[in-house]
Amino acid sequence: MNNTIQYNSNKVIVAENLTKKFGNFKAVDHISFEVERGEIFGFLGANGAGKTTAMRMLCGLSIPSGGKGTVAGYDIGTQTELVKKSIGYMSQKFSLYDDLKVWENIELFGGIYGMKSPEIKEKTDALMKVLDFENERDKLVGSLPLGFKQKLAFSVSIFHNPQVVFLDEPTGGVDPITRRQFWELIYEATSRGITVFVTTHYMDEAEYCDRVSIMVDGKIEALNSPKNLRKQFNADSMDDVFQQLARKAKRVDG
Amino acid sequence: MYKQNNNQVAAVRCESISKSYGKTQALKDINLEVNDGEIFGIIGPDGAGKTTLFRTLTTLILADSGTASVDGFDVVKEYKEIRKRVGYMPGRFSLYQDLTVEENLNFFATVFNTTIEENYELVKDIYQQIEPFKKRRAGKLSGGMKQKLALSCALIHKPSILFLDEPTTGVDPVSRKEFWGMLKKLKKQGITILVSTPYMDEASLCDRIALIQAGEFLMIDSPENIVNQYQNKLWAVQSDNMHKLLLDLRANELSQNCFAFGEKHHVSVDNDQLTMRDLKEYLVAKGHSNIELQEIKPTIEDCFMQLSQK
Amino acid sequence: MKQLFSFIRKEFYHILRDKTTIMILLLMPIIQIILFGFALTTEVKDTQVAVLTTTNDEASSRIIDKLNASAYFDVVAKIHNEDEIQTVFRDAKAKLVVVFEDHFAEKLRHTGKAHIQLIADATDPNAATSFTFYASNIINSYQLELMSEAKNPYQIIPEVKMLYNPQMEGAFNFVPGVLGMILILICAMMTSIAIVREKEMGTMEILLVSPMKPIYTILSKITPYFVLSCVNFATIMLLSVFVLKVPIAGSFLSLILVSFLYIFVALALGLLISTMASTQIAAMLISGMGLMIPVMLLSGMIFPIENMPVPLQIVSSIIPARWYISAVKSIMIQGLGFSSILKEVGVLALMATVLIGISMKKFKVRLE
Repeated sequence: MNNTIQYNSNKVIVAENLTKKFGNFKAVDHISFEVERGEIFGFLGANGAGKTTAMRMLCGLSIPSGGKGTVAGYDIGTQTELVKKSIGYMSQKFSLYDDLKVWENIELFGGIYGMKSPEIKEKTDALMKVLDFENERDKLVGSLPLGFKQKLAFSVSIFHNPQVVFLDEPTGGVDPITRRQFWELIYEATSRGITVFVTTHYMDEAEYCDRVSIMVDGKIEALNSPKNLRKQFNADSMDDVFQQLARKAKRVDG
Repeated sequence: MYKQNNNQVAAVRCESISKSYGKTQALKDINLEVNDGEIFGIIGPDGAGKTTLFRTLTTLILADSGTASVDGFDVVKEYKEIRKRVGYMPGRFSLYQDLTVEENLNFFATVFNTTIEENYELVKDIYQQIEPFKKRRAGKLSGGMKQKLALSCALIHKPSILFLDEPTTGVDPVSRKEFWGMLKKLKKQGITILVSTPYMDEASLCDRIALIQAGEFLMIDSPENIVNQYQNKLWAVQSDNMHKLLLDLRANELSQNCFAFGEKHHVSVDNDQLTMRDLKEYLVAKGHSNIELQEIKPTIEDCFMQLSQK
Repeated sequence: MKQLFSFIRKEFYHILRDKTTIMILLLMPIIQIILFGFALTTEVKDTQVAVLTTTNDEASSRIIDKLNASAYFDVVAKIHNEDEIQTVFRDAKAKLVVVFEDHFAEKLRHTGKAHIQLIADATDPNAATSFTFYASNIINSYQLELMSEAKNPYQIIPEVKMLYNPQMEGAFNFVPGVLGMILILICAMMTSIAIVREKEMGTMEILLVSPMKPIYTILSKITPYFVLSCVNFATIMLLSVFVLKVPIAGSFLSLILVSFLYIFVALALGLLISTMASTQIAAMLISGMGLMIPVMLLSGMIFPIENMPVPLQIVSSIIPARWYISAVKSIMIQGLGFSSILKEVGVLALMATVLIGISMKKFKVRLE
């Protein structure tokens, strides 16, 4: 019997009762949601709530124990390679190779995603202009300040024009101005039709999202626009909403 | 025994401290004075120099030039004295992962020539929260628990001054709030506390703060004073199309600076040049609806951004 | 396909831009080939020989000259009575003593037969087999010479006697080598890794910012490995004596003493390495490359030192294992006493002092 979800071209990410178990431990417990094309979707939750595990499933890096999901129309349980080809990914821990030059990194990742050399060259030139990186082109990435690295890493992750890009705490530790410049790059990407799936610990960044979901103990406890969430929880800010929900968590201790 | 009976002696003093690593200058001519019993925050992003400063003050590294003292003792010549009386929590969790909570605490008590019992009162509040897990290996604790353990180990010898290097980074928001609560309680015991953090919102929890960027202090003062010195007025603006709003606000020649700040955008203006009514008209003309505009008090983050752009 | 190429190219960049890796990958094979090709050989050359002859006659002189002329031998001493044979071996003056029968030439002329005794130091059984073989050949060639000159059948009968290791047990040779290797590995490598781990984990920072004296940190790192080494020493001894049947012919006390000394040297080496490495992997590589390989190749464990070119012999003399192995062989296999290993003990003691001195100086009270 054909179990694939009907691919509605507007729903770039679909999760239906997605579950991941490690032994008896349910890291992700039946989560369901949909993300529309061009949306900025915030995926929040405390450490240990199951965010990273969920993201790995959506990126095709981990097979779900139960439930189903599609990303860019491809099934995350059976078509992981196709999923990987259609997405971009950037995390705080790893983004680019420190001992390769800026343009070498771009060329590498472009090549990995199947872009042709002329296209890579053209887009690299354009990117260097946009980011004002002309002088940095030949520098080793490791020698760049953190803010530069983050912006470059994001640009590389969407270089091949994926349908959706997954960002795992992309702005940790970066100075406030660069952080905002980063988000302006995100806005620019969504205006081109790229869907952005982002996790963050900065609650003000949650406000930049169209909709936000908050995971607690493996389940999604809230899913709505920031504005509606604030109303729902009678809160002044997303931070307040988060604190209210996180306090209920049982998985915080030990 | 711990403090010199001289009220002129600041808990921490730095004069023209500079430090370079190869071509990068990590600290540029740092001057600082921390008073006894304050909670002093060093606020700045990664790479600003916070850890380098802390390591210099805890005598772990030598500055290239300048002098510094902790509790009146010079960090270069009298480092042994400093090491006896300082409590230190370095950046990453650096306790022994394969020792239990209890074993870690015992070890550090012994290292400081004391016992857990001797200063138990001091750490009781904090330790009681992790006591149920005292037989668990430190590596298996959650982020918040590790923090509490590290703090207990730093306090166990009743230091006169605490250096906490980014203690709340990477920890969940609930634990972060709890941690600052614990610090406030410690202050009541008379311990001077130096904390570094990249989170600007934690600045308001300190008595005084130093904003640091690229190895330099942008400003040192109480959070309140820093906010009061903000140049120009600050307005919070909202409309139905936030992204377009940002671009339009920036396009307006009379606005000084505009940045997204979560739910609203903050725009800095010289009120004499541009009134709220003018701005609202301008935005309506640009096609925005549901415009909300109000004057607000700047946050530390606003101040940081203004100062770092000078 | 293109993906594959770009990844391969990236990997080359990583390698080429890491100077340390390049050195190991390209330099090491060159060094090894040169070492093995030219310097290290199991061939036994220039073996030191002492000759015992009571009559300085023509025949024995001819044989002695032939021995000396050969590349394999170097006649270093002439002794005149049997008591001196022991001294020769004990003082390590020669590995082979050639004993000519009394009135050698006369016996040969009149009876057509004479005896030569080849007394060999069989501590290294492979070497002993080789050089006694060479010696027998040389004697044989002289015999043929004689026979071609005068039409009489002459017979020179060589009698081979292997000393110290009459059964020619290989174990006798490698037990000291194994001891030397194991002890230095455990002490040096593990100690350095343990100290560096502290640095890597970050707990070193906290320890430094405390009243704890750095010397205590050092001592606490060294002690467990010292104890472990003693246990290993005991184990190896027990196995050697009871299972491999290698005897401890000499003073056990001396053996223990020189072993302790060697352990100290190894621990000090571990300390020194820990001041040079900032990651555990670096410590491991330095210990591995810098210790194990020289010990294996240049300590006399496998390749005899006497046959190495002089530059390598000099290098060998700064390897602590070389002295230790030599001392252990003297005691265990040759059954000699403390007085015979004074040289080794002296050298090891000097090494220990120097190494500990340097390590203490280099041990940083601060982070950088």
